[in-house]
Amino acid sequence: MIIGNNVTKKFGRLPALNNVSVTCNKGECIALIGPNGSGKTTFIKCILGMVVPDSGFITFNGKNILHDWQYRKCIGYMPQIGRYPDNMTIGQVFDMMKDIRLGETNGKQDEELIDAFGLRQLFNKRMRTLSGGTRQKVSASLAFLFNPDVLILDEPTAGLDPLASEFLKEKIIKAKKGGKLVLITSHVLSELDDMVTQVIYMQEGNMLFHKRLEDLRRDTGEQKLSKAIAAVMQGK
Amino acid sequence: MKKIIKYVFTDILRNKIVLGYTLFLLLLSFSVFNLEDNTSKGLLSLLNIMLIMVPLVSIIFSTIYVYNSSEFIELLVSQPLKRKSLWISLFTGLAGSLSLAFLIGVGIPIILYAPGATGIMMLVTGVALSVIFVAIAMLAAVSTRDKAKGIGVAIFLWLYFSLLFDGLVLFILFQFEDYPLEKFMIGASAMNPIDLGRILILLKMDISALMGYTGAAFRDFFGTKMGFAVALSILGLWMITPFWLSLRKFSRKDL
Repeated sequence: MIIGNNVTKKFGRLPALNNVSVTCNKGECIALIGPNGSGKTTFIKCILGMVVPDSGFITFNGKNILHDWQYRKCIGYMPQIGRYPDNMTIGQVFDMMKDIRLGETNGKQDEELIDAFGLRQLFNKRMRTLSGGTRQKVSASLAFLFNPDVLILDEPTAGLDPLASEFLKEKIIKAKKGGKLVLITSHVLSELDDMVTQVIYMQEGNMLFHKRLEDLRRDTGEQKLSKAIAAVMQGK
Repeated sequence: MKKIIKYVFTDILRNKIVLGYTLFLLLLSFSVFNLEDNTSKGLLSLLNIMLIMVPLVSIIFSTIYVYNSSEFIELLVSQPLKRKSLWISLFTGLAGSLSLAFLIGVGIPIILYAPGATGIMMLVTGVALSVIFVAIAMLAAVSTRDKAKGIGVAIFLWLYFSLLFDGLVLFILFQFEDYPLEKFMIGASAMNPIDLGRILILLKMDISALMGYTGAAFRDFFGTKMGFAVALSILGLWMITPFWLSLRKFSRKDL
């Protein structure tokens, strides 16, 4: 579904991505893991077209995404830090997004997360007055709102309270079972155990491996994802 | 795209600074016309104030607005929207609302007190300057990542166009005063939209005779229909070129 081919990007002299090649298919929940600064967010931004690679290309459903924008109709993105105009209320943000994506929804809009997070009561609050966690809830709801085929979640549970985290995890598992592609970056590996089917490990801009979870468990001899990755990072 | 223009428009027109700007222009224009008995003198005073205020407010407000909207822009860039549509909508919203503020603030007094060719010329120039300096502001904002530096660049550009440029031209005129410099003067005025606007309005005022030899040279060129058309197209270029450059930069920017 999404294929990255030798994607390379430098920010000044800093190599953020170095010939990253990867194939992501539907129905998978892929964890994008790596130390800080390994290029995970940069790679995600390349997929979304927010950052243009210096060389290499990315295709979505077989079509090169360069200069294309319509493929984003099929993607729901939850950024690591949600940035919203300070003076808009939550209700206005949702209205504006619905306005922009009008007519492009795959059927009904999915407002399950809005209800689960209790955001309707907060529809009149301005984004400036919200706590970081509430803003993340808005980001999460927006990502799922239009029933996209692909979900890209950058540190989705960061800042969410435990109840909201659970709702979100259930939502992600439902999405994976529904045949969507879910790409998650997270440092909280214990939460990913139940959700992911494949793991991509990045370090210093290089993709070290892309394995199925069972293969990783077998190769490192560890059952829990956090222990398996720790083993990899130690160089076993 | 229309939805974003609508959003930007309503956001800016509700902005207290723009409302203050409109009221300020209204107040200024009314008092200028009431203080001077001669409408021509009133227009002249208004011209000088307008040529300082309109570029200043347009460039600084637009720069700050674009920087403050960076979060909004980031939100929309990951959506199924063309980057060009986004940037054009931002430009249209900014230029449109600032022009509207100007037309209300200065246009109403002019229509009431001094309707005529000069008044219309002033309105046209004012709108053109608003749009031009919004375009320059957007170019400065997209080129500079740092907000403080970007605002500094905007202030410097305003200083350059309203003061430094004229100082430079005068300097050159004095250095080369023994040479015939009419062509140079006409060329130089094309390099500064504020001067171009000033010349076009003054020519309509029939006081260009007071400008002496240079005035005659300007009248010979810009006074003609062809010269006027050239001036208008140069103003048009000043509107389009900075914006087109900023659009190109924005389309490739890493966000």
